[in-house]
Amino acid sequence: MLDKTGIAKRIAKEIKDGYYVNLGIGIPTLVANYIPEGINVVLQSENGLLGMGPFPFEGEEDPDLINAGKQTITTLPGSAIFDSAMSFGMIRSQKVDLTILGAMEVSENGDIANWKIPGKMVKGMGGAMDLVASAKNIIVAMQHVNKAGESKLLPECSLPLTGVNCVKKIVTELAVLEVAAEGGFRLLERAPGVSIEDICNATAGKLIIEGEIPEMQI
Amino acid sequence: MINKVVANADEAIRDIESGMTLMLGGFGLCGIPENCINALVKKGIKQLTCISNNAGVDDFGIGLMLQKRQVKKMVSSYVGENAEFERQLLSGELEVELIPQGTLATRCMAAGYGMPAIFTPAGVGTEVAVGKEVRNFNGKDYLMEMAFDADFAIVKAWKGDTAGNLIFRSTARNFNPVMAMAGKITIAEVEQLVEIGELDPDQIHTPGIYVHRIFQGKDYEKRIEQRTVRSI
Repeated sequence: MLDKTGIAKRIAKEIKDGYYVNLGIGIPTLVANYIPEGINVVLQSENGLLGMGPFPFEGEEDPDLINAGKQTITTLPGSAIFDSAMSFGMIRSQKVDLTILGAMEVSENGDIANWKIPGKMVKGMGGAMDLVASAKNIIVAMQHVNKAGESKLLPECSLPLTGVNCVKKIVTELAVLEVAAEGGFRLLERAPGVSIEDICNATAGKLIIEGEIPEMQI
Repeated sequence: MINKVVANADEAIRDIESGMTLMLGGFGLCGIPENCINALVKKGIKQLTCISNNAGVDDFGIGLMLQKRQVKKMVSSYVGENAEFERQLLSGELEVELIPQGTLATRCMAAGYGMPAIFTPAGVGTEVAVGKEVRNFNGKDYLMEMAFDADFAIVKAWKGDTAGNLIFRSTARNFNPVMAMAGKITIAEVEQLVEIGELDPDQIHTPGIYVHRIFQGKDYEKRIEQRTVRSI
């Protein structure tokens, strides 16, 4: 079974040379730490920055320079700043190659719910609805089950949706799965020490298992 | 050149009245019009509709206006980390309309470009789509979203000249340029107000035609919401 860092490391392997990538808050943010050596990747922050660098050194924080999580960050040589309309323009027109975000639920046809729990204070969708509606490749980073032990990979989402028919791949502490074109979660890899039975037990939606399922290489 | 300069924030907001709709630039606490917010709090007008990506924190930014119950409705994409906001929302004192962030930005842009509406895929198939026209283009569904109609847009820039030309700094740019284009009357507060001719025309982000009033701001706090640093 993987911890959050393990999930981030596995997702980092999906990032290819020349990609523009938008990372959501939570586990996706950690992915930036494990981008493979020797490839050129540009991180987009939807508040208006391409080429997001690491956190600043203490004493060098700039209140005018933050990421979409409102954290102080830095730019890199080659960075570019733009306004919010252009930021979502490049997202909508699919210039961003890969979007990685967290989720509360994913359905077997690729619907995602990650912004609202009825009865709880709603904070808003931020840029998530724009990202999932337009991104050409969406990978979800999440735990396979919720705190109550219930599967988050479902036949249909029970929570209010963020977007429909959009998730391509899911990486959890147990497995890597892709959303099959015909519907269902196709099991691609299992986490170290995790059996197919463990994954079956934790998946409420249709699980497609074809042939030998390899163990993840991290 | 037309001179847009006013003396201070109080003069810039002199004719903003209770019940009006305001756009306020900024992302989180970054690039917010601190001087004008403080002047609005001092003026004490009420029943405002505020279009702003976020709602500040309890004791800074739009949070200060919430504390004085000046806001009737917030139109935002994300309103987290604000206890007074949550209290007013749950008690029914405050109305909130949550809008996807890109839709929020593009509805501002549409107003500034003179277009009545835009089509976006954001929110298709979700509760955001309820009651909205859906149009299919090339096999994909889009929601029709209307351009905003705001009485005033209030923005913060880094530099501006007396003709109202603006230059923003770093990610404090965010919603400011698109909101500057979108107000019936646009007020810009700047960290450095300079004479015409001092800004390079090629470097202007917002042309002065969009800006009706400009003033030299003062005492910027520029509070950091999440101070994150790297260890060596």
